[in-house]
Amino acid sequence: MAYIQFLIIILFSPLVNGVIKKLKANMQGRIGPGVLQPYYDLLRLFKKDMVVSTVTSWIFKATPYIVFTATIAAAMIVPIVTTASAYGMMGDVIALIYLFALARFFMALAGLDAGTGFGGEGSSREMTVAILVEPMMMLALFTAAISAGSTNIARIAAASSAVYSPSHVLALSAFFVAIIAETGRVPVDNPDTHLELTMIHEGMILEYSGRYLALMEWAHYIKQMVLFTLAVDIFFPAGIIQAAGTSNIVAASMAYAGKMLVLALLMALVESTRAKVRFFRLPSILGGAFVLAFLSLVTHIMLGK
Amino acid sequence: METEQYLLSGIIFFVFSASAALVPAKKIRITAYLISLLGSLSFLFLGFYLTVAAPAVFHASSVTSMLEFALRGDALSGFFVIIISLVTLATSLYSIGFTRDLDRAGLIGFFYNILILSLYAVVLSANIFTFLISWETMAIASYLLVTMERTDNASRAGLFYAVMTHIGTAFIIALFFILYRATGKMDFDGMKAGIASMPVGVKSVVFVCALIGFGTKAGIIPLHTWIPRVYPVAPPHIAALMSGLMVKMGIYGMIRICMDVLGQGPEWWGITVIAIGAVSALLGILYAIIENELKLFLAYSSVENIGIILLGVGASMMFKSNGLYTLSAIALSASLFHVMNHAFFKGALFLGAGSIIRGTGMGNMEKMGGLLKRMPFTGLFFLAGSLSICALPPFNGFVSEWLTYQALLLGYQTPSITAKIVSPLGGAALALTGAIAAAGFVKAFGISFLGMPRTAEAREAREASPSMLIGMALLAVPCLLLGLFPGPALSTLLPAVFVVTGASTILEQHGILIIGQTSAALSPAFLLVTMVVLLVMALVFIRIIGRKRQTIYADSWDCGIPGLTPRMQYTATAFTKPLRIIYKRIYLPSRDLKVQYKAKPFFVKSIRYGSEITPFFERYLYEPITRLINIVAGKVKLLQSGNLQLYLGYILLTLIVLLIFGT
Repeated sequence: MAYIQFLIIILFSPLVNGVIKKLKANMQGRIGPGVLQPYYDLLRLFKKDMVVSTVTSWIFKATPYIVFTATIAAAMIVPIVTTASAYGMMGDVIALIYLFALARFFMALAGLDAGTGFGGEGSSREMTVAILVEPMMMLALFTAAISAGSTNIARIAAASSAVYSPSHVLALSAFFVAIIAETGRVPVDNPDTHLELTMIHEGMILEYSGRYLALMEWAHYIKQMVLFTLAVDIFFPAGIIQAAGTSNIVAASMAYAGKMLVLALLMALVESTRAKVRFFRLPSILGGAFVLAFLSLVTHIMLGK
Repeated sequence: METEQYLLSGIIFFVFSASAALVPAKKIRITAYLISLLGSLSFLFLGFYLTVAAPAVFHASSVTSMLEFALRGDALSGFFVIIISLVTLATSLYSIGFTRDLDRAGLIGFFYNILILSLYAVVLSANIFTFLISWETMAIASYLLVTMERTDNASRAGLFYAVMTHIGTAFIIALFFILYRATGKMDFDGMKAGIASMPVGVKSVVFVCALIGFGTKAGIIPLHTWIPRVYPVAPPHIAALMSGLMVKMGIYGMIRICMDVLGQGPEWWGITVIAIGAVSALLGILYAIIENELKLFLAYSSVENIGIILLGVGASMMFKSNGLYTLSAIALSASLFHVMNHAFFKGALFLGAGSIIRGTGMGNMEKMGGLLKRMPFTGLFFLAGSLSICALPPFNGFVSEWLTYQALLLGYQTPSITAKIVSPLGGAALALTGAIAAAGFVKAFGISFLGMPRTAEAREAREASPSMLIGMALLAVPCLLLGLFPGPALSTLLPAVFVVTGASTILEQHGILIIGQTSAALSPAFLLVTMVVLLVMALVFIRIIGRKRQTIYADSWDCGIPGLTPRMQYTATAFTKPLRIIYKRIYLPSRDLKVQYKAKPFFVKSIRYGSEITPFFERYLYEPITRLINIVAGKVKLLQSGNLQLYLGYILLTLIVLLIFGT
């Protein structure tokens, strides 16, 4: 079970996205598509013909596979229902962040590969957002890693106590902002738009179609769920099975599903109540989150908890 | 003795190759570089031997007992000898193809060999005299290589370099003088033995001198200013040597003096080095990313990597002063491994830049595009170098940066609060640096190699010659191998780490990197295997579910208005525009917009846009100092009036003074 638990993320990540969309629609007074819609979309895309630009090189064709496999490898690192993840002792949080960085690197290259303005614009903005997010996210994770004495996610999950210290709350707030930025959601990016002035992630993958697009979309869903899982592993590990066993697996799965639902609700809430901000106002939002992460670190060292 | 034979044969090969290079004949030029290869191989064996054997001392000749030319090799020297050998093997091969149509190829070949020999001599020096001779030879050889191209630009850069490097040397001489006065010894072993009696205050003076002296060579901020001037004018294979190896001599000197000879110092040394490392890494990459000239971009990125190396060195010093020797060993392993990795990937990138410049006749990204189709292999090697330098798994940069992160995170085990806060902040600086580097190399690779060619030269680019490709491959392939199998390299540097920190730590077991203190583990090879397995599964899945589907090749999406031209692509300048705006407090950009109208304000004839950033350190640090020196020089000039009577007066005055005080 421990070794195949990453399949949960692969299989259910489109559902999480479907749920967020449905919740968002409901909050905005629409009925919205069914929660299974992302599965139909992926299926349809896999069955479609593709159009590939003649300008592109092998980078364009390799990118969907690199992005997809790197993201699943990241999914294998996080503990889900039990702290014994597929990678076991190699479940390192820094490796996880850098696998995402690998995927982002190739996605940005693919954006430049077709030689269009949209792709370049998307790549440039995506890399800029990453520059603003990465140090803040790392610092928040460092706080957790230092209090657990390890960068191994399973260890962090095991060490995290139910009592919440001030440093944890601060780190969590910073990490939450990081998740919003990394998954391309309002107020950083708008996942529902194809308007050239506002798109970041969609701009980069504009040239993709058919199965390549399916892989990219699916990878994006997986990345989102991995980040959600990482957040609950580090900050709300209650309910996770500490050692491999089947006794309370149902309870653990229920707890996990519940936590995912709460996060989906939070995302929908943020997206429905916030407006997308201008790109150059992002530094102040993300910089604020960096200050939170820094404070969390200082608090942890000063207070020792 | 075996070691002596390797050393002697290595020296002979290089000297022979240097003299052969001066002969102006094609066959002999190639032979000369092949002999250099043999020299590198001899030294490679010597290096491996030194890392496993006891320190070896070779006495050559002594002028007096004080001015003795002596070489000495321990595991630390051995490790650097190995790096120099591996990189020069590749650059020598590359040179065969690259120097074919070069002007003054003979002289370049001569000084190329002298430079390599001086690099070996620096790390193998046993005493002050040998060290300074080698250090100066290295400076002069590199100066002459930089100014080989007789342009104003090159000679100005050369002059600046010569001045900077000698300011550094002055501080090194000062620190040696203090060490000699305190210990009465000229050789490093003797100094190390006699250091215990030295007061901490004096030690700290030596430390600061070492930081400035060696820091100038390494290119720490704000002493980095020669690097962006020199690398762009140096021939690319020389720039690869300078960036991959020569600046590492600064790191070697720092480790040798501050950690080996001086032993244990106060905690603020380590914290200072971490701070300087973080600033160099961050500002280095911030300056790099806005440059569109390939070699200039790589030059600033060298400053960044020196910063990353210093983060490890600083952490190691900090742990050592707190008595945490095992942690000190972990941190030093991380930084020494990054020294090795940077030599490989930066070497590959500079050689790649050389191939691009050779293939297109230009060095500006803005004029390239689509090169991957014309130069597939150069592109592949450049991509490998880029992935490594951005610390992306499973390449070697990832492993050494991961180790650096672990070392910095272990800072929480130190007793002092400052260290506890500074070290994770160093980690955050490393994360920010990594993210900016990734953006920078997406730009460098994406704009140059992808999309449509922006100029006729780029459309007509030629792939590099076979020997150049082999040279690049020799540096690019190890980037992947060292990432997948870091074990052998880490065990090679283990003895070197032991020499400096007095502790050793096994970081790799059964192909898995393990930090025992944090029970963090990593295996890039396993990551790659997983990804390959997943790839196969994904392909099978797509085959089953997708069944019959076609791939249609067509133009890029043009919003329904056909005719996308290369000029409509995103440019390198536009790519980094958001950063220029976000970090405007650092760049202090000036913009220059000139619009000419046919009829104001709606019919524009032409728009010229220019943007420049303020070179902060030049303007606010170097220019005031230069002005001050000019003023002082102006005053001193009064002494040299050219008037004969005045000079006779000086002689008279000197005579009187001597008569009074001389007796």
